Amino acid sequence: MKPLIHLDHIQYTSKERTILSVPELSIFHGEILGVMGPNGAGKSTLVKILSCLQAPTSGKIFYNGVEVPAGNVSLEQRRKWAVVLQQTLIFDTTVFQNVAAGLKIRKVPKAMIKEKVEYWLEKFGISHLAKKNAHQLSGGEAQRVNLARALILEPEVLYLDEPFSALDYPTKVRLIRDFSSILKETSTTTVFVSHDISEVKFLTDRLAILKLGEIIQLGFTAEVLQTPHHEAASFLNEMTLNLE
Amino acid sequence: MDLLIEGMREAIEMLISGDPEIFEITWLTLKVSLSAILISTLIGIPIGVILGLTAFRGRRLLLVLVNIGMGLPPVVAGLWITMLLWRSGPLGSLSLLYSPFAIVMAQVLVSLPIVIGLTCSAFQQIDKNMLIQIKSLGATRFQTVSLLLRETRIAIMAAIMAGFGRVIAEVGAAMMVGGNIRGETRILTTSIVMEVSKGNFDVALALSFILMSLAFIITFFLTILQQRNKKQ
Repeated sequence: MKPLIHLDHIQYTSKERTILSVPELSIFHGEILGVMGPNGAGKSTLVKILSCLQAPTSGKIFYNGVEVPAGNVSLEQRRKWAVVLQQTLIFDTTVFQNVAAGLKIRKVPKAMIKEKVEYWLEKFGISHLAKKNAHQLSGGEAQRVNLARALILEPEVLYLDEPFSALDYPTKVRLIRDFSSILKETSTTTVFVSHDISEVKFLTDRLAILKLGEIIQLGFTAEVLQTPHHEAASFLNEMTLNLE
Repeated sequence: MDLLIEGMREAIEMLISGDPEIFEITWLTLKVSLSAILISTLIGIPIGVILGLTAFRGRRLLLVLVNIGMGLPPVVAGLWITMLLWRSGPLGSLSLLYSPFAIVMAQVLVSLPIVIGLTCSAFQQIDKNMLIQIKSLGATRFQTVSLLLRETRIAIMAAIMAGFGRVIAEVGAAMMVGGNIRGETRILTTSIVMEVSKGNFDVALALSFILMSLAFIITFFLTILQQRNKKQ
């Protein structure tokens, strides 16, 4: 099967330190790839490089078999992706306007924006908050706005960098359930960075474990979690202990 | 106390009587101050945005100059503009000295660094991830700046208000480059100085009430604009 995204010998160095070194990584249509690893493993850098928000020091990125000029990606190309960062960076305006932001940027007609925003607000269960200032929302509500703002763009690829990490447990469970069903429904190719084994188990098809900028194990999520390699095992054990 | 009451009475009388000279002075003050702050805003915000968002050689030196400019004594600004517009100066042939245009120039010189400096610091405080987030939404460079201006609107409006405060209160430079010529370059601040020097405290007080009312009304509307859609 031809991958949607392929990384070829990607390296990212900063101040003579290798932050990321990925000889090869393929992401396929419709799959949800989980990325786990300890702090400083290079997870966020991987997301930024995949979404061309940061140029690698060397290496190539292929999208649908075509090389993407990582340092100078076209606007058209960039608009095929959506990114949700760990921090809930929402604008100081209403929930409606926040969710509509990407569509307005794309100059979508007003009537269509209204229709789509209402649809996604409903999907994330935040229709009642449409007129509220987004800065007055709770963490869970704000993250729903963040996710709706990304998914409304109907991206070919969705990059999520620990989107649920700041939420309390009940909110996280509810949001992940809703989000999982939305992802299944839309078959959006997703790269999901997380620190939480249960999130990864629930949401992802495949899992990559990163350590010191390198992928130390990659495979189906269940397989990786059940039979981790030596280094991956020690990290996953630590994560499990943390949970307990 | 009597002086204050007398001053207020005089001010009300001046306004009610519709003294054309007072209206002329007030109107010129308004025109000159608003023109100056408009020019400072149009020039200062883009420069502040560039200084706040980009990195280039000499940026720090420029920031130092802007910060020094924020405390530029108006008489120094007046002196520079006078020399520039003096008959034998670089722009002497334009015969702009002792005109409202010269006052606007001096006021721009004192308010521009304030608008630039405060806009720059507002943009420097923006979370870098916000920039990444906006970029990831597919925004062009222009759309990114528009969204960031919206996000920093409170600080930007504060920059404009601070600049306006400097402009409306300015007297030294206006006196030097405008000459306080009756019917031509006399504005409220220069009139107050003149009336005080003549010992007409009641008139000076009356003019000061008009000036303060003007400052209050404009700042009030700018504050309303700043706090629009802000519930807290």
